[in-house]
Amino acid sequence: MTNVVLQNITKRFRTVTALKDVSFSIKDGEFFVLLGPTGAGKTTTLRVIAGLTRQDEGSVLFDEEPIDNLTPADRDVAFVFQQYSLYPTMTVFDNLAFPLRSPMRKTPEPEIRTRVEQTAEKLRIEHLLERKTAHLSGGEMQRVTIGRAIVRDPRLFLMDEPLSNLDAKLREALRVELKHLQKTQGSTTLFVTHDQIEALTMGDLIAVLNRGRILQIGTPEDIYDRPATTFVATLVGTPRINMLKANCENSTLYVTGSTIRLPIPICEEGMPPSFLLGLRPEDVQPHSGGEFPGEIALIEPLGVETILHIKSGEQTLLSLIPGLTDLRMGDQVRFNIIRERLHYFRQDGTRISV
Amino acid sequence: MASFAETGPGSPVVESIRVDQVTPRAKTGLWARLIGAVVIAAIMLIPVAWMTMTAIKSRPDAVASPPKVFFVPSLDGFIGLFADRSQLGPAELAEYQQRTDLSLWEEQALVRGMKILGPSQFVGRLRNSLIISSASTVLAVTMGLLAAYAFSRYEIPGKGDLLFFILSTRMLPAVVVTIPIFLMYRAVGLYDTHIGMILLYTAFNLSFSVWLLKGFIDEIPKEYEEAALVDGYSRLQAFRKIVLPQAVTGIAATAVFCLIFAWNEYAFALMLTGDKARTAPPSIPSMLGVGGIEWGSIAAGSLLFLIPVVIVTFALRRYLLRGVTFGAIRQ
Amino acid sequence: MAEIELRQVEKKFGDLHAVKPMDLTINHGEFVVLLGPSGCGKTTTLRMISGLETVTGGTIWLNGRNVTWRHPSERDIAFVFQFYALYPHLTVRQNIAFPLESQGESRETIEQRVKEVVDLLRIGHLLNLRPGSLSGGDQQRVALARALVRRPEAFLMDEPLGSLDAEFRETMRAEIKRLHIEQHATTVYVTHDQIEALAMGDRIVVMSDAVVQQIGTPAEVYHKPANLFVARFIGSPGMNLVTVQYVDGVVSMPGTNKLAVPPDWRGALDEALVGGSGEVIVGFRPEAALASEHGTLVGQVYASDMHGAYTMLHVNLNEYDIVHVRSDRLVSFPIGTPVHFDINPDMVRFFDLKTEMAITRRSASD
Repeated sequence: MTNVVLQNITKRFRTVTALKDVSFSIKDGEFFVLLGPTGAGKTTTLRVIAGLTRQDEGSVLFDEEPIDNLTPADRDVAFVFQQYSLYPTMTVFDNLAFPLRSPMRKTPEPEIRTRVEQTAEKLRIEHLLERKTAHLSGGEMQRVTIGRAIVRDPRLFLMDEPLSNLDAKLREALRVELKHLQKTQGSTTLFVTHDQIEALTMGDLIAVLNRGRILQIGTPEDIYDRPATTFVATLVGTPRINMLKANCENSTLYVTGSTIRLPIPICEEGMPPSFLLGLRPEDVQPHSGGEFPGEIALIEPLGVETILHIKSGEQTLLSLIPGLTDLRMGDQVRFNIIRERLHYFRQDGTRISV
Repeated sequence: MASFAETGPGSPVVESIRVDQVTPRAKTGLWARLIGAVVIAAIMLIPVAWMTMTAIKSRPDAVASPPKVFFVPSLDGFIGLFADRSQLGPAELAEYQQRTDLSLWEEQALVRGMKILGPSQFVGRLRNSLIISSASTVLAVTMGLLAAYAFSRYEIPGKGDLLFFILSTRMLPAVVVTIPIFLMYRAVGLYDTHIGMILLYTAFNLSFSVWLLKGFIDEIPKEYEEAALVDGYSRLQAFRKIVLPQAVTGIAATAVFCLIFAWNEYAFALMLTGDKARTAPPSIPSMLGVGGIEWGSIAAGSLLFLIPVVIVTFALRRYLLRGVTFGAIRQ
Repeated sequence: MAEIELRQVEKKFGDLHAVKPMDLTINHGEFVVLLGPSGCGKTTTLRMISGLETVTGGTIWLNGRNVTWRHPSERDIAFVFQFYALYPHLTVRQNIAFPLESQGESRETIEQRVKEVVDLLRIGHLLNLRPGSLSGGDQQRVALARALVRRPEAFLMDEPLGSLDAEFRETMRAEIKRLHIEQHATTVYVTHDQIEALAMGDRIVVMSDAVVQQIGTPAEVYHKPANLFVARFIGSPGMNLVTVQYVDGVVSMPGTNKLAVPPDWRGALDEALVGGSGEVIVGFRPEAALASEHGTLVGQVYASDMHGAYTMLHVNLNEYDIVHVRSDRLVSFPIGTPVHFDINPDMVRFFDLKTEMAITRRSASD
């Protein structure tokens, strides 16, 4: 296993700059998640590390050694693609054995058999070994794909949204399995996704990427509790954070277009004339004696909790309450705002620390 | 129609099909199209059928007017094709008619008053066709495959221009360059050689094969090879183990097209070959006999010429069908 | 708006039973979700309603008319596909106007209806662009606009949010729901994502393996799952299901845990388990378990997942049984440490081990 460092990686494709000055490091044995929307540059980052794409500037180091001049084969990484990595004409066994049969490795057949069987056991697919991959379910195919990466015991795992094409329930199950596998193997893993739940639940460390730039690197708690930009704050957390235009006047915070005003000490400390208030839905709680009035615009019951869309003046706030509700659309409600965890951002999106 | 809307089809539908495709109207439409297709196919096969009949007609039947549909078959066409004959003078004729040791062929020839001199050049021509066509196909497909792979997977400067240039060679009617090539071949000593024809056909087929194969290879997701590269395979090994098996249908389709072109090629075969390397197409129509064109032999020759291609196409029909539609659906 | 009725509708592909005979009535203006894993038959059912797929048996009724064998275009239904199906060579405006133009509507009608729908979905700024230059979310809005502009009797949507990023899915979910409330259009919506189903559906049809498992409101399928499949499938994660021994009003759980069974369950359990081994499956959702110092049940922390506003604990009751316990983030739960918790007796469910069906208790509130 290995630690990985990316230094100032820049990659351009004709007119588009896919990666701009991307730097981060992954410790040996860490589960590192690269989180970002489609097109952010996540796949390009993985390909640069694997050696499938050559970066224009910057360097990739494995255990402090630059590996930029090594071929993909020599880098000893395993790449789990989102799709198209299982050979449809081969059996599951042959697919799993394929990496071991590469001329570079020269593994004897009996050893190949043992390793394939062990890997199949770990992923609970031993009963599928003789089947052609075309006859597998989505979840089974993904297990085989992961198995192909594991069987090699490489120094680094690169995973490109491996769960994205699976049903929601399968995704949940495989998420747990993958994380468990990673922890027991102690494998250094770089996992790429657009799904923030995957990032929060699986990552030891998360790097948020948008349009080729790293916006923030931190633990799930860091990213959730102290998002560095409005983009990070909006991306992470479900339902999404309420981002409201606000300004300060006479030590009181006024939310634009709404009756919400909060007397907040921060207002005394020289806030910009107009800024953004980040308010997580769980911090907006309807209460009969609540401070502010609003109207229920939409109700989304999720069983364990309910999302309320509360209209306050021109703004609509998302509120997250536990369990079910008797509230109906159009009801007039009163709500409170919990002030312990407010976030403030400048108009340019950067966080204002208090 | 109203009653169908109420009752539905007679038996339960257990296939995946749209509602508007099981109506009686749709069914009759299907039958109509099917019958239409069969009729059109039959019409298109009439010339081939006629040719086959002519191949086994005797000389008088072959040139009869109005044309004869029912006749007694005869080997005259094939004999004329495979053997050189000459007219017998009256004395020899009488002598031959007395003999009892004549082979089947000689007897047939005797019907027309001819004797067999020896084997004709046709078999040799057929062999030339075989050699030249297969060799040029193999070369065109092999080189085309490698070039197509490179064009598909690598960033080559001026790729678009190069590909267009390759395509543009097909825009030229081949006939236009027959004279220049004839002069060049003469000068270099490639006139009437197998190598010369092979090179020429390969060159012509290459543009087609590069374009066709590139289309097929583009369809193979490159993630497959990249996974192999990451796993420790070299480009060439990844190409052999992963791309090749998946490109087989494309290769088969391309090979058949290249083969057909080379096999049927007439103009260059006529201009650039003499005795040694001449292929079948120019030789078949030139079967002049004494007293007119030997239609029976020409038909027989054409028939035999047709057969290898038909066999190959039939053997690879599954690949061809996939090959023709392969590039059509984009994800 | 339409009332859609399926009477014993089934579909076979050769010998394969893709959809076993099912009955379903969708009321005027209702938003019904067909929910289930891949291959359960939900999309096939939707396609049969639209006419894109023939039925093997049964009948389909739209507003009291038997439409089982009617041409798809005679059913006045709009279909929204997962992959938008927008015409790449036409602009957004032309795409939206297309269905009306092919029906021969007048220029004025077309202009007016397009404007209505564009305002509704707030895509006015995209009108002159081509689909190729739009984001996934915008493309899906255009696809919705194109379906809406026809004002059909009903909308059929086949996993329309499946190809969107997670964050867009959330926004579009609320938008589709908002649209539905404003238009009150009968909608049949197919998805494999149970969160979408719970958030959007008036009623949910849970399907698995060609069979309808349960039809109910989000509250019903969430709190009163009819069988083990529904209990596991609904909720993320699904309901905790543990095999236990029931004797005399007490359930013995793995580890040394014992759970007292509320009185209104005892009668039903006694009846259900008569002549059996006393084994039954107890089910409770992660939020039904409350971690506290004084909890009567105990387990070991196997893993702890950060979910933003809350933490999900994976708790080992013994070597094999893991349950999920939802906890707020105030307390930390290091791996390997013991955790005590209680289960809310009102939120407990029981299931028969063999039949996998829910055991219903006899009580006024059920």
